[in-house]
Amino acid sequence: MIERACDVLIVGSGAGGGTVAQALVPLARDGRRVLLLEQGARLDEHEFTGREAEMAGALYEDGGGFLTAEGTMTLAFGRAYGGSTVVYTGTSLLAPERVLRRWKVPGLDHADVVRRSRRYMQENNVHLLDPEELNDNNRLFARGCAAVGYRAEPFPLNVKGCRGSSLCNLGCPGGAKQGTHRVQLPRAEAGGVEVVTRAEVLRLEGRDALVRVARRPDGARGRASEWAPGEYRIRAGAIVLAAGAVGTPALLLRSRLPASLPRLGEGFTCHPAHILVGEHAQPITNDVGHPKSYFLDRAQEEGYVLETCMYFPFTTAKNLAGFGEDHSRLMRAFPRLQMILVLACDHAVPGNRVSIDSRGRPVVHYRFTEEVIASLVRATRASARIFFAAGARRVHAPSADPPLIEARDAGRLDELVDVRHFKTGKVPVSAAHLMGGCGMGRTAADSVTDAWGRVHGMPWLRVADASLFPDSLEINPYLTVMALADRVAEKLREEARELLAVRPCARPA
Amino acid sequence: MSAPVMDPVAVTFRAVAETVVPEAAGLPAKEWEALRAIVEGALAERSAKLRRQVRLLVRMIDLASYVRYGRAFAALDPSRRTAVASSFQDAPLLLLRRGFWGLRTLVFMGYYGRPEAAAAIGYRADVRGWEARR
Repeated sequence: MIERACDVLIVGSGAGGGTVAQALVPLARDGRRVLLLEQGARLDEHEFTGREAEMAGALYEDGGGFLTAEGTMTLAFGRAYGGSTVVYTGTSLLAPERVLRRWKVPGLDHADVVRRSRRYMQENNVHLLDPEELNDNNRLFARGCAAVGYRAEPFPLNVKGCRGSSLCNLGCPGGAKQGTHRVQLPRAEAGGVEVVTRAEVLRLEGRDALVRVARRPDGARGRASEWAPGEYRIRAGAIVLAAGAVGTPALLLRSRLPASLPRLGEGFTCHPAHILVGEHAQPITNDVGHPKSYFLDRAQEEGYVLETCMYFPFTTAKNLAGFGEDHSRLMRAFPRLQMILVLACDHAVPGNRVSIDSRGRPVVHYRFTEEVIASLVRATRASARIFFAAGARRVHAPSADPPLIEARDAGRLDELVDVRHFKTGKVPVSAAHLMGGCGMGRTAADSVTDAWGRVHGMPWLRVADASLFPDSLEINPYLTVMALADRVAEKLREEARELLAVRPCARPA
Repeated sequence: MSAPVMDPVAVTFRAVAETVVPEAAGLPAKEWEALRAIVEGALAERSAKLRRQVRLLVRMIDLASYVRYGRAFAALDPSRRTAVASSFQDAPLLLLRRGFWGLRTLVFMGYYGRPEAAAAIGYRADVRGWEARR
């Protein structure tokens, strides 16, 4: 085993890890060794082809189809230099005040989170798209919302020079999306932070990290790792975990730690989602232009958020209920399809958690509560009304049986779309906003960390990703992850002198 | 490299694929091979346990077909194939429903994961974005 040492070890390079890496540049400039490990690969610009099968395999864990233990939902999360910021759509929303109040984390102030979020909005070039950049898919959503009495809001987006490929979720081929791979990580590296890709942290043994650096497989996308393939023991003064709401709890669960964390892995939430489609009579622009320009926030009133979206053939096919001729007919109508993503605002409940299997691999346990199912059904009805108001002639609703609803039946939506048709294992549900597992709170009895991401009983260990959320955020989470990670880095800088007093290379194993 | 998962149940799997996506019945040999390669590639990255489960489910579909119609699934007409597949999709047992959902997903991956299928349904996303449409 090869031995290495660093002052601060960051695990993960997404919204959390990338933010911490950049924010610790002052430490690096002071001569501290700051090292970031990323399990995924570093892709070059020309490798973002936008081809679904290739990019899903290269950028997502399990190709974007990580299955829950119950087998009733797939989870999508990134695994690349930049983490999930490589595959999100760049939607940049501020955390709602009511949600942070509900979290009740002592020492976490909404105004502070907003202030930090606004700084990253500026850094990431967040702005609203010009109206002429919007495609029909988005315009129809806004029009449909207005017709049924809702007010769709435009999404602030973090793009620069967007050409409208519509391929955000497969990694922007034009490099327009301002994820950590475009903004924070390059700045961190220029400032002296070392980034090593294809490096999987197997477990922690106290402040030592056991790491496997993988060889680049023949024909795979992405560069070879910066380090030689092999097993490493890395001695760190402080460790910041930012491997995501699945990766971070799983890593801690398979580690040998000097303190007990009874809440570790608990409180997992994910905004379970449906992809709904409405079929129009005429072709619309849908697979060109930014896919996600509007949203409708009904979280407080009805427990859901609707967002415009546009997915790729396989992802679309997978998320339509049923099979056979009806399914194929809808797929052949692709140029005429309008799409809406329905997100249920779930809440942390006992049993929905992250654990590990006998080989230490993450397992996500998730059961749909009655509240979540009711939210998805309400959201589906609302979406169907929006589709029909926008002129769709039929709508595909997974929680209807049969799922296709014709325009002539638009007045019967309450009867046709119903919880009795929501059959788990039949109705496609997916999620990409993975949260919780290392929730913030007061003590180890109610949480894993404090409001600054300090793991209870282990001041040298910090968490800086969406696993910190004690409950769901009810909006797209990346900006809040960055704000929380910024807090984690700030506290680490403040405490560096004391925390890193003993250089890890001099510390006995 | 492990042996192809679907080889022992190849005939039934093809009949399932043609039931899930009827257009798959018209695929030339080369395109069917491309579909099969995508499915096998996806299965190769999954656990041995899951691979066994998928193969077992295909065998169960064949068995259900014998029980219901006295013939192999591949020997049934399209409406009877649909009836058997629907009985798995709507099964009272979650295990069967989610198993069929997984099998259906594999077929969609193999069929719509081919660039030819994407083009055939009119999917035109292009890395050049708006520029490619003007």
